[in-house]
Amino acid sequence: MLLSNLEIMPGKRVVRHFGLVQGSSVRSKHAGRDFMSGLKNIFGGELTAYTELLHDSREQATDRLKEQAESIGANAVLNIRFSTSSIAAGAAEIYVYGTAVELEDE
Amino acid sequence: MSNVIGFILLLLIGLYFGKRAEKRHYKSIIEREHKLNALPAIASRFPPTDGFFHHQLVTGSTVVSSDYFKSFTAGLINIFGGQVTPFESLIDRARRESVLRMKAQAKASGAEMIFNIKFETSRIAAGRTGAIEVMSYGTALIPRSDR
Repeated sequence: MLLSNLEIMPGKRVVRHFGLVQGSSVRSKHAGRDFMSGLKNIFGGELTAYTELLHDSREQATDRLKEQAESIGANAVLNIRFSTSSIAAGAAEIYVYGTAVELEDE
Repeated sequence: MSNVIGFILLLLIGLYFGKRAEKRHYKSIIEREHKLNALPAIASRFPPTDGFFHHQLVTGSTVVSSDYFKSFTAGLINIFGGQVTPFESLIDRARRESVLRMKAQAKASGAEMIFNIKFETSRIAAGRTGAIEVMSYGTALIPRSDR
């Protein structure tokens, strides 16, 4: 499965168009981690726990997008976009969307 | 009285550790930027069409937290309005760090350049003052071995 945020693929031609596919994931950290991050708010610096959390969450959302694209018979997803929104304190939603297509070598 | 002392203590801790963390971070950012300069990240939507490359999505993200001193001074600036310099450097750091992580991922898979870079900034509600996440993504162009 080819994933890209480009709109066209050099050397490839779109033979079929399947429309929008998407994947999302909402995650939060347990209270202990939130507490530690609260402390970090005094000292400043990177919140590694959150970086990891969002990274994992994004991977899961991308996997869901891939699954959806595979299930409808696409072999590539083009023009992928990511979107993040914080839903409540300590929870974030990651949303990935793109256009599922079937590509063929030119 | 103890409240005031606690507040001043927090401010001083924030000032000292925040400044130190920022200095260190900038030093490491500049170092790594020099190393990864050979791998350009381009915002163009149209990659070369000669078919020498295959493509892969690459991403990089960072969550950085403000410190107590930054948050306080930003709060003060907010009352009078104007340029919120404490947060400018924070976001700049996060953005450059996420580009570096994206480039590192691209380099690990042997890419020569990255096209169609997009940024995504969001506020993460962590603790009281919050933190920001910057994510950058793009399409890495990896030279084909069969051509």
